Amino acid sequence: MTSPHDDWQAAFDASPVRDTPFETMSGVPVDAVYGDAPYPGQHPYTRGLFPAGYRSRLWTMRMFAGFGTAEDTNNRFKELLRHGGTGLSTAFDMPTLMGRDSDSPWALGEVGRAGVAIDTLSDMEDLFADIELDKVSTSMTINGPAATMLAMYVAVGEKNGVDRSRMAGTIQNDILKEYQAQKEYIYPPRPSMRIVTDMVKFTTAEMPRWHPISISGYHIREAGSTAAQELAFTLANGFAYVEAALAEGQDINEFGRRLSFFFNSHIDFFEEIGKFRAARRIWARWMKERYGATDERAMMCRFHTQTAGVSLTAQQPEINIARVALQALAGALGGTQSLHTDSYDEALALPSEKAARIALRTQQVVAHETGVANVADPLGGAPYIEWMTDEMERRAEEVFAHLDELGNGSILEGCYAGIENGYFVGEIADSAYRFEREVNADRRIIVGVNAFTEGAEDDDPNLLRIDAETEEYQRKRLESVKHDRDSDVVAVALEQLTADARDSTVNLMPSIIEAVRAYATEEEIAMAMEQVFGTYVEQAIV
Amino acid sequence: MPDTPATDHKIRIVLAKLGLDGHDRGIKVVARILRDAGMEVIYLGLRQTTDSIVAAAEQEDADAIGLSMHNAGHLTLAPAMLAALDQADLEIPVIIGGIVPDDDAEALLSAGIAAVLGPGAPADQVVAAVRNSLAS
Repeated sequence: MTSPHDDWQAAFDASPVRDTPFETMSGVPVDAVYGDAPYPGQHPYTRGLFPAGYRSRLWTMRMFAGFGTAEDTNNRFKELLRHGGTGLSTAFDMPTLMGRDSDSPWALGEVGRAGVAIDTLSDMEDLFADIELDKVSTSMTINGPAATMLAMYVAVGEKNGVDRSRMAGTIQNDILKEYQAQKEYIYPPRPSMRIVTDMVKFTTAEMPRWHPISISGYHIREAGSTAAQELAFTLANGFAYVEAALAEGQDINEFGRRLSFFFNSHIDFFEEIGKFRAARRIWARWMKERYGATDERAMMCRFHTQTAGVSLTAQQPEINIARVALQALAGALGGTQSLHTDSYDEALALPSEKAARIALRTQQVVAHETGVANVADPLGGAPYIEWMTDEMERRAEEVFAHLDELGNGSILEGCYAGIENGYFVGEIADSAYRFEREVNADRRIIVGVNAFTEGAEDDDPNLLRIDAETEEYQRKRLESVKHDRDSDVVAVALEQLTADARDSTVNLMPSIIEAVRAYATEEEIAMAMEQVFGTYVEQAIV
Repeated sequence: MPDTPATDHKIRIVLAKLGLDGHDRGIKVVARILRDAGMEVIYLGLRQTTDSIVAAAEQEDADAIGLSMHNAGHLTLAPAMLAALDQADLEIPVIIGGIVPDDDAEALLSAGIAAVLGPGAPADQVVAAVRNSLAS
């Protein structure tokens, strides 16, 4: 019988290790791990997924970017890669996120504003021009029309001679949290889940390096939830996707290892670290014990982290640099696989180039100067951290029990029910209001907002402005793509897509890829499915 | 509170998200703040058009309209709202809340928006902005 420590040592010895001295700045050598079993890399992974932690590999510094036209964003991508960014992350504009073209009346005033505008494959070609798609990993933050964006990415790869099997990345595609928090849905929940399941099947079969869902608590938190609610709702959604895939006969060990998560790193330092550790533990236990996974990789909660946009203040915005640094540190101490650090000007506008660079530099300081990457789970074993981890787990389990009951033993049905009866939006709105009241009553201090307000200057920093010409330019571009394409081929492709939507036994991905190749627009593709699936309108509750 | 109009009249305000922007945390908090301040709040929800807001304001006999914008579309959408009200011959003050840079806020105010509330605006400022918009 080997001891857990011997097992850990063997796993550690077999792990790659970065070529850098693992010692303090004073030259004191430090061990790779301290404290007790289970060690990092051991089930249930509370202490991290990998035996050597960040000694093997630092987290991926993945900065979310997107604005204006595809060329604008392509330039920002290349700038981030030149400055040491190691992954791309695409922000789409609101019309794109909602499956609308730039010439839709709904798009008025929103084209290229909060992200990049993508209407057809032609835009996607420009977005990734001169970027080697087999060398980078790309994250696309989109949900309602996720299948169309994935299809476009695959088609760009084909054009550039990169086979889909070699493309690495993540597409958010977490539709459940849209009904709960972010509100970027097109169809009702059930047909939307079919699209998600089709994408899981497609990527499992054809894109082994692709993560088809990034189950996201980030937006739940930004919408106002507590840390425990973020944890609970996110993992519950994860269980729901697992149940949906299992119902389709998918192998949990196959798709399970390609699920990934996305959490918020907010300002309450220890609560956040406890939340990250609890997330790994809960996921490992549930995947093994409730859903029967046997491959350890299918039990690992891999996650991306973004610092809390909602914590940034418009008042004295430079203070946000300090907030972001602390939140980034919590993400690193919580063992995130990748990290986006927010820019200090985000409460005022989209990030300027300088602010985005400072944000990247902030996480580089955490990674390379503070020494936190030398030791895996450096806080593990500390009584407060272990208590906080247990407490986060306990609170999350209460929510799972509620959803399980709501769904008569199915978390998936519980999530549907919670969406339909307003449970999620109600819980989130209550938490948001409670927080606001505390700030208003000065029971909670926000520096520069309700305390220490001296020193505020009137003038905005140099904000990124999207000129009004972007919208006009993008509309003209779309018009010319529509003019140049073969409209008969488009019509045939869209009819096929509608026919496939009617037949739930057919995977939608092949016909979406066909439509994309024919330069059908995002909205045309969305409408081809909407004819069958209908739309979703949220009940307005306050 | 100063500037409260007609003593026995409960202020009726229509709140809405205009366009595709789905960030509704702020407007929901504002809805509760105004309700707690004794106003009648009619929240229309997401994905409203200028037409749907005009119709609701007319039907609900609204004293004010509050719109929330977080997607940098304010310079297009806010004037469109004012134009729609104008066309319907409705004189109802419009208040914008959300992420609006200072320069833009000035432009919106001179275009006829009654008030612009930024991130972190405290509850009493929100309530006062609505009351003041009725007085002017």
